[in-house]
Amino acid sequence: MSEPRVGVYVCHCGHNIASAVDVEHVAEWAYKLPFVTIARDNKFMCASTGQEQIEQDVKEHDLTHVVVASCSPHMHEKTFRNACARCGMNPYLFEMANIREHASWVHPNDRDGATNKAKALVSAAVHRVIHHQPLEPMQVNIRPETLVVGGGIAGIQAALEIADAGHHVYMVEREPSIGGHMAMFDKTFPTLDCSACILTPKMFDVGSHPHITLLTYSEVEQVDGYVGNFSVRVRKKARRVDEDLCTGCGSCWEKCPIKVLDTVFEAGLGYRKAIYRPFPQAVPKYPVIDTENCTYYKTGKCRMCEKVCQTNAIRFDAEDEILNIEVGNIVLATGYKLFDCRRIPQYGYGRLENVFTSLEFERLTNAAGPTDGKVVLRDGETVPETVAIIHCVGSRDKHYNSHCSAICCMSSLKFAHLVKEKTGAKVYNFYIDMRPISKGYEEFYHRLLHEGTTFIRGKVSEITDAAHSPEEEGKLVVICEDTLVGKQRRVPVDMVLLAAGLEPRADSSEVGHLFGVSCGDTGFFIERHPKLDPVATMTEGVFIAGACQGAKDIPDSVAQGAAAAARILSTISKGQVILEPIRASIDESRCSGCRICNNMCPYNAIDFVEDLAVSRVNPALCKGCGTCVAACPSQIITGAHFTFDQLMAEIDGIMVDVTADDPFAVEAV
Amino acid sequence: MIENGTFKPVIVGFLCNWCSYRAADLAGTSRMGYPSTLRDIRIMCTGRLDPTFVLRALQKGADGVLIMGCHPGQCHYQAGNYKAIRRFALLKRTLRQLGLEEERVQLHWASAAEGVQFAETVARMTEQIKALGPLDWSHNWPNEDPYAVEEATE
Repeated sequence: MSEPRVGVYVCHCGHNIASAVDVEHVAEWAYKLPFVTIARDNKFMCASTGQEQIEQDVKEHDLTHVVVASCSPHMHEKTFRNACARCGMNPYLFEMANIREHASWVHPNDRDGATNKAKALVSAAVHRVIHHQPLEPMQVNIRPETLVVGGGIAGIQAALEIADAGHHVYMVEREPSIGGHMAMFDKTFPTLDCSACILTPKMFDVGSHPHITLLTYSEVEQVDGYVGNFSVRVRKKARRVDEDLCTGCGSCWEKCPIKVLDTVFEAGLGYRKAIYRPFPQAVPKYPVIDTENCTYYKTGKCRMCEKVCQTNAIRFDAEDEILNIEVGNIVLATGYKLFDCRRIPQYGYGRLENVFTSLEFERLTNAAGPTDGKVVLRDGETVPETVAIIHCVGSRDKHYNSHCSAICCMSSLKFAHLVKEKTGAKVYNFYIDMRPISKGYEEFYHRLLHEGTTFIRGKVSEITDAAHSPEEEGKLVVICEDTLVGKQRRVPVDMVLLAAGLEPRADSSEVGHLFGVSCGDTGFFIERHPKLDPVATMTEGVFIAGACQGAKDIPDSVAQGAAAAARILSTISKGQVILEPIRASIDESRCSGCRICNNMCPYNAIDFVEDLAVSRVNPALCKGCGTCVAACPSQIITGAHFTFDQLMAEIDGIMVDVTADDPFAVEAV
Repeated sequence: MIENGTFKPVIVGFLCNWCSYRAADLAGTSRMGYPSTLRDIRIMCTGRLDPTFVLRALQKGADGVLIMGCHPGQCHYQAGNYKAIRRFALLKRTLRQLGLEEERVQLHWASAAEGVQFAETVARMTEQIKALGPLDWSHNWPNEDPYAVEEATE
């Protein structure tokens, strides 16, 4: 084979790279590297002119390999591979050197250091690329079925979009009913339309859709495979009610003698029975037996529900079912957890009776809630005359969560409106900043200002029942510095609402690991790109939607659910997906059959072929991590695109003397 | 490496594609400065790290090697970083016998969100190696390429 002819392109990225790296010098120096036929610098390599430059040079100078020194490969590797492919080159004969994220941006005041590092990284890429081999991406068929994890509004939206397009969806929900947090709310801001009125039709559609298999009271236990071909193991917890026979008539929970405090749906304000349906509009309509509280599971007696059930649907001995489903894509829409207000002891939640969380207030003001929609104090009858609403509880506070929970400003405004409407009480909103940023939100804020709600700008330091004066007697006193007036205030009120922040689910890191999605420093799932790819993840075929990706309100969750569905529908309609050919392969003629690699593989992708006494990689299962490649004592496993030769050459290249004018003067001879 | 008359360590980094390389990217996009001593190589997983890579880097003149991967339990490939831990322990034993100081070869974790931790790790290791001085193994190592022999027999 003729000698390699490498083209090197060093990008200025406007001033992003050129401000810290001497780009022209790096390009001139790169020209002296072995096998470099042409080396250029360019203002913007990713622009069409930059890409056309590559295409032109490949044709004119007969380049065999291309190196672009610019940003992270996570940003533009695909762009440049495509440019190479357009002029007939194999896209894998391309290599990228990251001199922006890893050099100019982190060494802005060290021009020599940044330039030297850029030279080392370019040299590494040139040394590496000449060992690259042409690779053919694997094409795999996409199964048209999709798994949606989480039955909140984001998951519901994603499921309906895909199912309406005629493709099958499995929806897995941990709780006995879908609906998520939105089902607990009373009104939605800023339009004040009833949450249930807009949600329940969608829930019903999910429950009755011919293309949706609804698996409530279920959890995903294991995920295997890869994009297009995931196999998922789901544990369907025993409801102990036969879904085929149950009509959802309700006589079982009416007659059940055990009352249990409902800490999930009623936020600890109301009660349910030991056999229960979380709320009247629940989908599916079947109840579930709570074995921890049911008398039968404690003493073996009672069986009241069984006696009253007309269709004999009660199954005390039912067991969990394990289902194995095959899907092509996965949407994670696992939602959020509300900040636990007990973590801020000075706000007194749990100690001072009439301090409520936002979720408790949602249930209090909900017509289907424990007080039939009456806004009353914890005693169940007293109507408050003054109410304080505290914003940013557990959000924007380095002690708890540094992020803004995005919804609390608007839900606090909504609470203020509802309290006024239902009780005529005087309402004080204590805020740090008002952030009503979406459509119609600012207008809603102005409406509240005109309605006469008092806004006090300042972070509340304490809520106490220790009175300093006769008018504070028997009241809750909210202590806060009014930063607009510049004075300390003590505001006596009857009721306090804490606008609790949104946090990631307590098990988000385990769930993320199960699906190959990582969590950011706040604990929410990380998207592939924060701006340009907000619903995809680093694992192909796994998408995220709704509040599991970051705190957001209903419209944004719906938008993300639909966006994830659109991404999935495009792969389904294409029918195939292209996978990176980064796979391990074994040279069977040299394999000694020691089987060390067999146990290394986390995906069981390596089989031992008994009759030949060699190991063999199943390319469909291999994910290309390279653990077996490093383990093989005979070094006969090749990790495509990360071969021993390529990495050794990269090390040699990265260690060249970057301070020498021409470090290859001798070598070239 | 001698830059402007003073010793400046060269540290070769092996970063896994999913966590630590992304942490380095994040350090970049968030402009978290750190010393320009690290020259990094991307591998798909720390499980791919053949211990000979580390030896090669040292042989070629690196003053230190920094291996970074996903946190234990967070590996993109489930358990590659656990394999890396075991190989690292064996490698360190060999390096100790060769008289190499502990700080020269280090294994750390950084998740894709830990740009700050990434920058701090590089800064800390740079200081440690500055204190140790140059390694200069390239002049104490046999001149022949140890792998050249293997290739010649084929």
